[in-house]
Amino acid sequence: MLTLDQATYDAIVAHAKRDHPDEACGIVAGPEGSDRAERHVEMVNAAGSPTFYEFDSTDLLRLYREMDANDEEPVVVYHSHTATEAYPSRTDIGLAMEPNAHYVLVSTREHGNNDGPVEFRSYRIIDDEVTEEEVSVVSSLPARSTT
Amino acid sequence: MAIEVRIPTILRTYTGDQKSVTAEGANLSSLIDDLEAKHAGIKDRLIDNGDLRRFVNVYVNDEDVRFLGGLEAPLSDGDQVVVLPAVAGG
Repeated sequence: MLTLDQATYDAIVAHAKRDHPDEACGIVAGPEGSDRAERHVEMVNAAGSPTFYEFDSTDLLRLYREMDANDEEPVVVYHSHTATEAYPSRTDIGLAMEPNAHYVLVSTREHGNNDGPVEFRSYRIIDDEVTEEEVSVVSSLPARSTT
Repeated sequence: MAIEVRIPTILRTYTGDQKSVTAEGANLSSLIDDLEAKHAGIKDRLIDNGDLRRFVNVYVNDEDVRFLGGLEAPLSDGDQVVVLPAVAGG
């Protein structure tokens, strides 16, 4: 199950709506091994495309250096589909390279840039195998365990 | 001639879970051959048909090797190489 706080959920949805009809992409980082999605980072879709997304290679390096320095990892990797359902495409599956990440798909096909509900779904993608999981949105994440 | 190579999570199965390994080579191509000698199987994840895989990014001292000559990118002692899979999809 993926647990997100409401503010992060809303920020991902807002990003997807803003970038529609192009795909939006980004991550939510969290402490390594914690599975806590704490720090939302919007990324630029270097492909600038309605059917493809890719983090710019310089931005990617900067992001990973930053996470490394903070002992973080990408807890969520998200992107939007703007004309199709919120389910990983064959390309998404083939290029899923973060075995610990929750892959979030948001579909803006229904309301585009406008207000209105989106499809918001989360998956594990490991060795080309896709497993959908529940998304739980809470007002704020529970306090960090101190043990 | 030791070069530090940062290994992404997905490839740490080849390096016994090490985040960083050292290897040698005067250019990226020979560095990858040396990595393969030490961590069998890793080369195939980096190279396809004799060229760097499209969705694997390699950086030498923070510069994308695609701007440094690709597999011919020269290396010297103390350089740092970072391997990062692209975050991409459709």
